[in-house]
Amino acid sequence: MTLFGRRTALANQSRPLNLQSYYPLWFYVPAGVIYGLMFLLPTFASLYFSLTRWTLFNQEFIGFENFVEFFNEPFLLKGLVNTFIFGFSTSAGKVIVGMGLAVLLTSNIYMRGLLRSVVFFPVLVSTIGIGITFNVLMDPQDGVINAALAIVGIDGPHWLTSPKMAIYSVALVEIWRGVGLATLILIAGLMAIPDDFYEAARLDGASAWHQFWRITVPLSRPAIATVLTLSLIDGLRTFDLVWAMTRGGPGFSSDVLASVIYKQYQAGFYGLSTAGNVILFMVIALVALPIVAFLNREER
Amino acid sequence: MFSTRRLIISVVAFAGALVFFVVPFIFIALTAVKTKQEASLLQLTWPTETQLWQNLVAVIEARDFMMIQAFINSAIITVGSVTLIVLFSAMVGFVLNRRKTSWNKMIMFLVLSGLMIPPAIVPTIWLLQQLGIFRTLHSMVLVEVAYNISFGILLYRAFFSTIPRELDEAAIMDGAGPVTLFFKVMLPLLKPVTVTNIVVLSVIIFNDFVHPLYYLPGDDNVTIQLTLYNFQSMFNTSYNLLFMNVLVITVPMLIVFLIFNRQIVSGMTSGALKG
Amino acid sequence: MKTTKSLRTLSAALAVAASSAAVGSSHDSVEVTLLTDNSPNSVAVFNALEAAFEQTHDNIDINVETRAGGTEGDNIVRTRLATGTMPDLFFYNSGSLLQALNPSRTLIDLSDEPFMERVSPSFQSVVSDGKGGVYGVPGEAGMGGGILYNRKVYEELGLEIPRTWEEFMANNEAISETDVAPVLGSFGATWTSQIFFLADFYNVLQQDPDFAEEFTAGNIEMSENDAILKSFGRIQDVYEAGYFNEDFASATYEDALRMLAMGEGAHYPMLTFAVTALLESYPDAVEDLGFFSVPGDSADANGLTVWMPGSIYLSQSSEEPEAAKVFLDFVASQEGCEVIVDTIGASGPFLIETCGLPDDVPQPVSDMLVYLQDSSRNAPALEFLSPLKGPSLEQILIEIGSGIRDAESGAELYQRDVRRQARQLGLDGWN
Repeated sequence: MTLFGRRTALANQSRPLNLQSYYPLWFYVPAGVIYGLMFLLPTFASLYFSLTRWTLFNQEFIGFENFVEFFNEPFLLKGLVNTFIFGFSTSAGKVIVGMGLAVLLTSNIYMRGLLRSVVFFPVLVSTIGIGITFNVLMDPQDGVINAALAIVGIDGPHWLTSPKMAIYSVALVEIWRGVGLATLILIAGLMAIPDDFYEAARLDGASAWHQFWRITVPLSRPAIATVLTLSLIDGLRTFDLVWAMTRGGPGFSSDVLASVIYKQYQAGFYGLSTAGNVILFMVIALVALPIVAFLNREER
Repeated sequence: MFSTRRLIISVVAFAGALVFFVVPFIFIALTAVKTKQEASLLQLTWPTETQLWQNLVAVIEARDFMMIQAFINSAIITVGSVTLIVLFSAMVGFVLNRRKTSWNKMIMFLVLSGLMIPPAIVPTIWLLQQLGIFRTLHSMVLVEVAYNISFGILLYRAFFSTIPRELDEAAIMDGAGPVTLFFKVMLPLLKPVTVTNIVVLSVIIFNDFVHPLYYLPGDDNVTIQLTLYNFQSMFNTSYNLLFMNVLVITVPMLIVFLIFNRQIVSGMTSGALKG
Repeated sequence: MKTTKSLRTLSAALAVAASSAAVGSSHDSVEVTLLTDNSPNSVAVFNALEAAFEQTHDNIDINVETRAGGTEGDNIVRTRLATGTMPDLFFYNSGSLLQALNPSRTLIDLSDEPFMERVSPSFQSVVSDGKGGVYGVPGEAGMGGGILYNRKVYEELGLEIPRTWEEFMANNEAISETDVAPVLGSFGATWTSQIFFLADFYNVLQQDPDFAEEFTAGNIEMSENDAILKSFGRIQDVYEAGYFNEDFASATYEDALRMLAMGEGAHYPMLTFAVTALLESYPDAVEDLGFFSVPGDSADANGLTVWMPGSIYLSQSSEEPEAAKVFLDFVASQEGCEVIVDTIGASGPFLIETCGLPDDVPQPVSDMLVYLQDSSRNAPALEFLSPLKGPSLEQILIEIGSGIRDAESGAELYQRDVRRQARQLGLDGWN
């Protein structure tokens, strides 16, 4: 209600005719130059390299053979499925857990500042460090996690060594690692919501649950969109954590697209690997762009 | 009655945070001070014999004090690239949010591409060689700027939309030009998101492992994450030193966070973002 | 084929720039940098070699740099060679992995150096390009691939060293009735999954003497080749019989060594270089251990698959090749061998002809040396006879060894893996 009134007021205000020149396009230039040179140029070069058989010193144009080869890779499908599992489960997990934490950490609990810091701690550790740590914690026999579960009588799963479990275990760790950042962004979003909305709702007798769904969620939408966008894209092209924890194993069971590509790179198949990069980009574009566009659509 | 509820929620939250977020760090810290044999058992136990100092010295002294050089290099890369990203991405985010042109879609596409496209490693090395700046710290700074600027732009753009345009209009009425408008009026307002950006980008870049591995070969250019390779080898692992290393390289980011943490919170609670 | 000329010219230009920068800070001595993997043994050996060398050579400073091991390390080595940023010297595998470096284009040919006369011809053959160029000097001892076993366990159960696979499995059956794990698996360190397969190659050659040539030429369909299928099946047999230790899927190399030394496991398929790690961590237990080759079908044709040592190479991007050669000369001498033995112990025969082994070698090493005395009882591993070794082998063997797939489908998968590599290398017969 209040929101509606405010908007109308904004829309009715008259504006100066030409503000455009106060937002000069040359502000784009410094970022654009570095980005174009260090990122776009090599990316375009890779489009060419993906059509070559490119090993240490030899390079030969072979057309689309690399792409054919890549699609014949028996584990591409596995990697593709795992990529989706990982991307969707981690972004959903980060938003849900992050939203819960954000609400908790903006409420009037004790030690709020300390808890905010604690939740953010994992973000500060390098992925490699986290991978090393959780590899050890998730050890099925000696690991701390299963030892703790055993105390309450649960026979802990083979987190990283079971072919079915491995990718989900890595996804769990990724949520653990990334939820602090998600929470931070969501807290900022929640704090941008003016208190009068809640006051008005309370006067109307709305329950906390009702307030959450009717005020908190819709009004923190930009923050939610930011979290989802970042974590979905990060999740789809994830590499570091999978590599640090399972190297795609056991066998090939937790391979994601990026690790399949990296393995080709490691094997010295640069052309093949670059072709994989192009495929990964297209997959992400096809999956993520529509979702991102939907989330970020202007609501004015 | 209300405060009992508050207390219960607080205690539960604290216990949960302890189990899920603190125990792994306790594990790292405890393992880091154990002997090699005890550390290899991987258990969450109090060390029977602590050798904090000995392990710390071993980690710092390793490979002719490589850790010191690594700290210097990582600090240069992190400070340099974060400064550039904050400045340049705020400029882009500003214009992108305020000026509606036909370029916007294209620029957003490029920004998202920067998040999505996995960097092409070997072509980039090839390019850096062409430019004659391969294996230099400033090329690493430029690469980190290029790889992470999209993130900065997205955050700034989102937060510019929370700053009312009336402010711009008022400043322009007062005779501010575009440069004054941006640097004098907007930048100070951006402090909370700038702090967020600084913390997050510092963490990402300081913790970057893969890119320095390729773009900065050689021990002179070693960065902090690469020191992990000293102790994580294929054939033999000293878990105590490995975890001491993890601990040591986490401390700088912890300090950055603790410095800015209060500002993040105070910046947010000050109401700069409200309304 | 087309060459990326710009890459080469640019790296050359870069080298010039770098050297002109070095002139500014003139030193009396020359600096030579050596890149090695970061395993404690390699680091210890090269630091010891550096110290010993510098005592007698005032004018040359050796500087040891480390890199990651494993496939990560392969990658670093390739990238640094490709970009002209490899230090003067580097320590790396011989055999098929060397072939992937395109040695004639990246490394300096050492065949005319006087010190190469001391390097055994069998070693020279695995560091050559087949066109007369020889590129390396052995940087460690030679080794055998087979099964390290705990002799105490054997004594207690009254077991004999198996000479056939059947006997081996029978021993495992007997051991499985105790608390001791019959066979140690350590898939936590993925590379260890390969030893059963690779070390079975002596047996493959007994059945199919031309296997290596035919394999390289692309004439072998592995899923239909009896001999190689048996090699793939070794790990499957052990898995299906339930002979692995409980934590085989996550155990690391160090875990397996500990279990072997402590008598918690009886057999560990491994290369004999593990003896150096055992000597470091469990010096008292090493004498309780022994070694035998992977047994095959027939007790009469029982022999060892041999691994050539890793080698030190001289990069074409080196600015001080002459000084680097002085160091290579030192490593390929009796003095060099002695430094290695003093540092990490005697783990196998040296491929340098003036070097002998001390009389009191550890028990597993002396068990291995028996096979080397009779030339019909040993053969090189496949990676020293063929440039092909598919990059996914360790994952495929982990899948077979964890029951995810069987030997035949694993062989099929490996065939594809090898074909991809052969096509990248441009070998004939693989299209």
